[in-house]
Amino acid sequence: MIRDSFALLGEYTGMAWQSIIAHKMRSILTTLGILIGVTTIITIWTTIQGLNTYIGSVLSDIGNSVVYVEKYPWVIKGDFWKYRNRKNIGWREYEAIRRHSRLARAVTPQVVASRVAAYDDKKLERVAVLGTTETFTETGSVTPESGRFFTGADIRNKARLTVLGAQLAEELFKKSNPLGKRIRIGDLKYKVIGVLERQGDFFGQSRDNFAIVPIGTFRNVYGQQRGLQIAVLAATSAELEDLKEELRGILRQTRKVPAAEEDDFAINQMDQLTGFYEDATATLYAIIFIIAAISLLVGGIGITNIMMVSVTERTREIGLRKAVGAKKNNILSQFLMEAIALSSIGGVAGILIGLLAGSLILSLLKVTGGVDLSAIFVGFGFSAFVGVVSGFYPAYKAATMNPIDSLRYE
Amino acid sequence: MLIDIRALSKKYLLGAVEVLALNEISLSIERNEYVAIMGPSGSGKSTLMNIIGCLDVPTAGSYTLNGQAVASLSDDELATIRNKEIGFVFQTFNLLPRADALHNVELPLIYKGVPKAERRIIARETLEKVGLGDRMDHKPNELSGGQRQRVAIARALVNNPSIILADEPTGNLDSTTGEEIMKLFADLNAAGNTIIVVTHEEEIARKSKRIIRLRDGRIVSDEAVEHEAAV
Repeated sequence: MIRDSFALLGEYTGMAWQSIIAHKMRSILTTLGILIGVTTIITIWTTIQGLNTYIGSVLSDIGNSVVYVEKYPWVIKGDFWKYRNRKNIGWREYEAIRRHSRLARAVTPQVVASRVAAYDDKKLERVAVLGTTETFTETGSVTPESGRFFTGADIRNKARLTVLGAQLAEELFKKSNPLGKRIRIGDLKYKVIGVLERQGDFFGQSRDNFAIVPIGTFRNVYGQQRGLQIAVLAATSAELEDLKEELRGILRQTRKVPAAEEDDFAINQMDQLTGFYEDATATLYAIIFIIAAISLLVGGIGITNIMMVSVTERTREIGLRKAVGAKKNNILSQFLMEAIALSSIGGVAGILIGLLAGSLILSLLKVTGGVDLSAIFVGFGFSAFVGVVSGFYPAYKAATMNPIDSLRYE
Repeated sequence: MLIDIRALSKKYLLGAVEVLALNEISLSIERNEYVAIMGPSGSGKSTLMNIIGCLDVPTAGSYTLNGQAVASLSDDELATIRNKEIGFVFQTFNLLPRADALHNVELPLIYKGVPKAERRIIARETLEKVGLGDRMDHKPNELSGGQRQRVAIARALVNNPSIILADEPTGNLDSTTGEEIMKLFADLNAAGNTIIVVTHEEEIARKSKRIIRLRDGRIVSDEAVEHEAAV
């Protein structure tokens, strides 16, 4: 019986197409519900998958065994003012961690300002100036593409040296070699000793548009009171949780936090961002699920309705097919296939429109990287499922018709 | 014996009333016979045709078709028997309107599971046999009434069934075309086919070789037809 159905699959498909083609307008209107449902699913699916891949690749660049000691947590829940009143993270905390942490492999203080950068007649506004130490190569996972990074001596000497991000180097120097040249940052001149490897964009924002200077130099020029961010690299990623506990201890002691009070600092980690992102996408998934469920339900009812009409219209055909030897299963399969074909038309159109809309959204968000084609399977799966469910009752009704009555049906 | 019917009865419930459509009929038909079943409406001839055609099963009695007891088969088993043993010709032709003549004729072969290429060949040959070799790709609405009935007859013949069962086959045709169709049946009978025609027209019935008359669910007469020396 099953084997029969497979052998006749081509026949059923042919019959389904014939019937759909014979009622073009009716078929298009019927399949509209499915089209909207599948378009919604595929658009959001494509967008989220694209974002996931993109964010995943960027986050893995940033590194997962690094924690950041800061005044503010990255994801603020509740009262912002509670955080605002905290004391800045300063040099004392950096020294304390550097001295007392046994689980840290590298401790890097970072401080950022925005200044004009200029070389020759080229002048760029609002360039990020990062003051840091030689360990930034480890905690920031950056490598010089040409030249070198700072040495410990450069940092201790508070030398007037700078290492440039790839984007900034390119904009200031075009094709010429920046190494050894002096550029102006703010009011002072710095000698370029290195250019970093390109890190790429993040949502259209360049991650290579900055100049790095020794932190001592930075603090001398821009002030000692600015708050620091301290990046701490765990010796092994397995010890990350222990490292965080150790840091809490060191910081609470240094900042003299009373035992009953909560931390007045934050230990941030990429997990927080991924967690925040996952929460946001979970909500999106729930929204697609609801929209898709509603439109597929409505679309499915439309298909059931039109299949009931089709079965009634073709009562005599069904009677004849039975008279010449069609079994229940043959008739059932024929009409099920018609319902599946109807909803698949909506499904295919929905997949195409959804993929286009999804790629459009991703390109507007400046997210690069391919479109995830798993959406095609999701779209097909949904529409075939709706076809089977909504076509079953009409097909069953056709299959169980009495041949004598249906042959005489007027 | 091709058809052997014994003490066959069929009761219907029409609302709350029980109707006895066939009342203990016994009847046998041999291979290569050409039989007309006649009777006024309500005589039970349609019921008898449905049972002979395996579209319906009797309430009591036995029906043996080509050695098989048919009375107690399931719907799907009856479908298989119809596919193999019976070729139907209807008053209203019952062709698939969107399919061409060839595809209409192929239909029983599809359900028999014959592969497509082979189906095509058999259907072509059969259409040629009924004189429609040049109309194979025409849709029913591009054919005359007589041509449509020829397509239907080709469809009935295509599986090489034991019986051609025709229900008022000339009822929707003018008399000239009707004559042609009856001539075709006579030719098919001469070529060895068993034919049963259900009709209420005496003139049509007289083309057959044996007339069975029904009234009130019983056979009232069953006699051979005298033919003048044919052609």
